[in-house]
Amino acid sequence: MNAQIFFEFAINVLSMGSLYALIALGLVFVFGICKLINFAYGEFITVGAYVLYFLGVFTSLPWPLVFLIGILSSVAVGYLSELVAFRPFRGRSLDALLVTSFAVSVILQRLFQLGISPRSKAVPVPAFFNMNIELFGLTTPLRNLLIIAITVVLLLILTVIMKYTVLGVAMRGASENFVTARLMGVPANLVISVAFIISGFLAGVVAIFWTARTGSAEPLMGMSPLLIGFIAVVIGGMHSLPGAVVGGYVYALIANILSLTLPTSLLSFRDAVMFAIVIAFLVLKPEGLLRGNYQEERVG
Amino acid sequence: MKSKSTFTVKALCKSFSGLKAVDDVSLRLETGEILGLIGPNGSGKTTLINIMTGMLPKDSGQVTIDEHDISEMPAYKVPSYGLVRTYQTIRLFKNLSCLENAVIGAIGVGIKRREATRLAAELLEELGLGYKMDLPAQGLTFRDQRLLEIARALAAKPKFLLLDEPAAGLNEEETDELLALLKPMPENKNVGIIIVDHDMRLIMSLCNRLHVLNYGKTIAEGLPEDVRKNPEVVKAYLGSAAS
Repeated sequence: MNAQIFFEFAINVLSMGSLYALIALGLVFVFGICKLINFAYGEFITVGAYVLYFLGVFTSLPWPLVFLIGILSSVAVGYLSELVAFRPFRGRSLDALLVTSFAVSVILQRLFQLGISPRSKAVPVPAFFNMNIELFGLTTPLRNLLIIAITVVLLLILTVIMKYTVLGVAMRGASENFVTARLMGVPANLVISVAFIISGFLAGVVAIFWTARTGSAEPLMGMSPLLIGFIAVVIGGMHSLPGAVVGGYVYALIANILSLTLPTSLLSFRDAVMFAIVIAFLVLKPEGLLRGNYQEERVG
Repeated sequence: MKSKSTFTVKALCKSFSGLKAVDDVSLRLETGEILGLIGPNGSGKTTLINIMTGMLPKDSGQVTIDEHDISEMPAYKVPSYGLVRTYQTIRLFKNLSCLENAVIGAIGVGIKRREATRLAAELLEELGLGYKMDLPAQGLTFRDQRLLEIARALAAKPKFLLLDEPAAGLNEEETDELLALLKPMPENKNVGIIIVDHDMRLIMSLCNRLHVLNYGKTIAEGLPEDVRKNPEVVKAYLGSAAS
């Protein structure tokens, strides 16, 4: 492997992995606290994508503002879905919450189909996203470097929040043992709301870079990032935040290795191979690469 | 000037599908006192504690700290009114450091971060866990985990502290250390302690007063030396434990 191929490979893995890490992290933030596998998470991303589409096509707002509003709308959907759909079922069975998340997901998808269009809409992407950058003798679009940089910054910020703020310590306590944290005086509503808000925030950031890659928004677009998130989480471990990040990068690493090594005739089976690896993980290492501290108790 | 508070339980009742787990129990405790809550297995001690701390809803009765009825409150508000507990089965945040565990106790009642950290560190030093401050709680010995639970509870600056079998699983020597640690606590921390334990040696030498339950009912209360001679208590324990 010569240097250029290696750098190209590294950039691909890191940029893809960064995006996947953010996706997985958004899932795990909610799972950690509520033990809820949130199937509506993909739709948090879709909402962000549609807002980018509307603002990008029908307004001439500057890009930073467009991105900010896009992210905020994903945050709003995350927060509101918790308030309207999940909170009334808190304390019910996990199955009830799971079905609720399906319902939220389907309702949002149908709303997009009926209210916007069942067809995909082209989301404008800022020109600088696709500007080619020369690095180590290879060219890569700026967005690949941006997502890496932004992920690093976000991970640092989240680490600081989780480690050094009152809210973060309370959230880590609550994600380990919700009942005990609550009995120590940690307010349940606040901690759960914040988890959904962070989840929505990550979904909003993902929406920006996802649409930058695909160039479109459509009602069912949330499915693929959701699936990616699940796979990353299975690989990395459902019960720890670092696990989700590791899972995202490992997923990207495996996917890129497969792309490079599989013979052309088998390339279309890349996803099948990927799923086989996931099944292997579920069978051989169901707790994922990083095992968080999992305790059975749950309040959602 | 130390402020005095009063913890009262009035005519508390709780049934589980017809079975009276707590039957018209009343008790009273002031800050600075240690009250022993004892009784044979299944006598309703744990149910009583769970109702007091808001984990279980009551059927009727009152649990008050000064003028506040805490049995009407959601569980997470109870610590703010001055009642915190430890658990028979240890419930620490195992992946968090000892310091962070204690910090959660403090921030749960709204103490600001800086003060919470200072208080938590101070309590860990006091309980002899100072040098383990940054270690995750799961690496601690059983004894240290029990102590950390007490530190975490104290970090909430409680008026009343509920210790649910703090000596369970400790050997005799460790129980003596615990005794030495708890004995001056009501005075030093201006806290009232309710302690549930089966270790009669600990209970007898620690408590100012005892409250004895059997089948959910109060069968005796008063000074330890009087209670141990009470025929009903002796009968409930088959004369074995209190002798």
